[in-house]
Amino acid sequence: MVLRKFCIWNGQSWNLSQVPVFDADIFRKEILEECRSGARVVNLFGALGEEGDIRMFAVISKDDDAKLSLFSVLISKDKSVFPSLTPELTAVHLFEREIAEQFGVVFEGHPWFKPVRYHENFRNVPDCWPGISSKPIPGDYPFFKINGEEVHEVAVGPIHAGIIEPGHFRFQCHGEEILHLEIQLGYQHRGIEKMMEEVTLERAVLLAESVAGDTVIGHVMAYCSLIESLSDCVISPRAEALRALALELERLSNHIGDLGALGADIGFLPTAAYFGRLRGEFLNLLMELSGNRYGRSFCRPGGVLFDLDPGMKDDFRRRLSVAKKELKELAELFFSKPSVLARLEGVGIVSEKTARELGMVGPAARASGLSYDVRTDHAFGMYRFRHLPISLASTGDVFARAQIRWLEAQRSLDFLLELLDQIPKGELCKTVSPLKPGQMALVMVEGWRGEIVHVAMTDPQSKINRYKIKDPSFHNWDGLAMAVRGAQISDFPLCNKSFNLSYAGHDL
Amino acid sequence: MWKIIKARIKQGYRTLKYPKEEPVFPERFRGKPVITGPISLEEVRHKEFDPTGALTDSNGSAVDLGKLLFNEDVKKVCLQGHLVYSQDYRMAVSKREDLILKNNELKLAYALEEKIKKIFGRSLRLREVCAGSCNGCDSEIQALNNVVFDLSRFGIEFVASPRHADGLMVTGAVTKNMELALKKAYEAVADPKIVIAVGACAISGGPFYGGKEVCNGVDSLIPVDLYVPGCPPHPLTILDGLLRILDRLEK
Repeated sequence: MVLRKFCIWNGQSWNLSQVPVFDADIFRKEILEECRSGARVVNLFGALGEEGDIRMFAVISKDDDAKLSLFSVLISKDKSVFPSLTPELTAVHLFEREIAEQFGVVFEGHPWFKPVRYHENFRNVPDCWPGISSKPIPGDYPFFKINGEEVHEVAVGPIHAGIIEPGHFRFQCHGEEILHLEIQLGYQHRGIEKMMEEVTLERAVLLAESVAGDTVIGHVMAYCSLIESLSDCVISPRAEALRALALELERLSNHIGDLGALGADIGFLPTAAYFGRLRGEFLNLLMELSGNRYGRSFCRPGGVLFDLDPGMKDDFRRRLSVAKKELKELAELFFSKPSVLARLEGVGIVSEKTARELGMVGPAARASGLSYDVRTDHAFGMYRFRHLPISLASTGDVFARAQIRWLEAQRSLDFLLELLDQIPKGELCKTVSPLKPGQMALVMVEGWRGEIVHVAMTDPQSKINRYKIKDPSFHNWDGLAMAVRGAQISDFPLCNKSFNLSYAGHDL
Repeated sequence: MWKIIKARIKQGYRTLKYPKEEPVFPERFRGKPVITGPISLEEVRHKEFDPTGALTDSNGSAVDLGKLLFNEDVKKVCLQGHLVYSQDYRMAVSKREDLILKNNELKLAYALEEKIKKIFGRSLRLREVCAGSCNGCDSEIQALNNVVFDLSRFGIEFVASPRHADGLMVTGAVTKNMELALKKAYEAVADPKIVIAVGACAISGGPFYGGKEVCNGVDSLIPVDLYVPGCPPHPLTILDGLLRILDRLEK
């Protein structure tokens, strides 16, 4: 039998009926074979089929090919079981747990079958884990435990010591050495995906801005592009350029803020103070542009709401040039100190093999040598015309992740300074026509943490009936758990800051 | 060593002159809303642009800052553009009902009771609890600690445990999964204690209002002494509220 292949591009929409439905065996075989030859599972998610069955979709990407392959499988509503792929493909373990939680599908043979966010399923059928939402996390599903003489457990959270989001970390330790870390999230679960299907489009854009408060532009850009794709709206080059400007400002503020946080954690306070202040300069530029320090109300379906006036352009150029100079001086101060390097190098290593196995994305993956960046590999918007060089490291330690932040910040600054001189003309915001019925669309955006993926499906009445969000943190939390394995407990804060993952983005 | 000293000299002094000097905001900054003309019920036609009901719940006669997300779209509710944003960042209040902006006037936060003020007035220790936010408000609270805002110069500091704290600063709509943790943290703070709700989510549920997985704000669970509206509020809006309850702003 010849398999019907269906390929899509980033930002494309297509008729739902075009997506091939495979038998369970072929579905599994196809994913495993593709991944064996170097492909990556970008997304694996469920949706309700027409007959009440569960339709599971797989989106597969080959790094050297800008196309994505898409196929699906039907799982019966009465006997919702599916043989787990996890034993053969680690990267899908959390996807399977998520589908199990959302649609009540039991994945047979899953080695760590546990709820992800502790909520009731979307189908009103018995949950895979009875009483899942009636007890506080972790309910009846205990943490992985190591037994042995002098092995002890350290429990942290959900409320942490710093001003950060809630999550639970359970360390299994021998003395100071971390043998295993289990990260249990779900405390931030606000039910965004389900709400996206229930609310009006005017409200949905506000929810998209609140997926992760430090990645406002990244997520809302994905949402807007998705709506534009579903309504055949092509935004103007000017709007594309301004969105890229906001996205890079967001990346700069976060990368630089995290370098400051690393400075604070290793006790090099001058750099913590200077980087912290410099982060604010980029937030203030976003406020200048959009009226909000995180760029809220900037992107809307059809374009952007604010223009960069000629006067502002010169001001931006001047301020970015100053910031570039300051960043260089600060980074040189930070990265040239032997005591800084001693604390960062060789700590929290994630090997390239591990990163690949876990499906890691973004700067954390690039620090481990995985050359993958949506801006280059699945170029979208402005990035189709202007390329950013990928920053790559190979050691996979805290130093590499810090170095990648600095490199990417420099690239972003160069990109912006060049972009400011050549912002094309065009309409700021177009009117968006109603969504097409029975369609599906996918958008990927390289947020500062990595690959953001939004997928939407519309019903015959043109209403969104499935909205799937994937934040880069979804994959990368596992990377953090692996990074601290074998490290000291006191290395954890450092490793954590080098990743700086989103709890809200993971919990949705 | 010389490099560090050189960098220190170059960086200079970066802390804002606030509160001695008023801060300057960019033109597009969305601070306290102002209603510039009459908004009648007939005018409120595009209700869909006000999903949280900040204007429409009162038929346009008032704006509930606790529900307002300070977004641009909400302006479209008023056909004649009668809703605009000013650059006024001062919006923190002591009571939930004070967040309802009527006749463009807001009763800003007032000082804590004399007895409590005596205890906290010169040194306030807060424990931050994030209970289902998007991390936006938390980032702004974090920013208060940087050299620009330099919160500790006012004797206010964030501590690592509720046991060391005089009160809680809470963000987020309070998810079902954080309900217990928030209650426990509240109980762990010794009396007398205060609670500060930061951001639209913590006040009313914000964009998640009415969602199945959230509790629509902090005061449905524990009493709140200071409400700071915004999505997220600017660090100075939070700081202004803190200084007001401590009676540290010159009148």
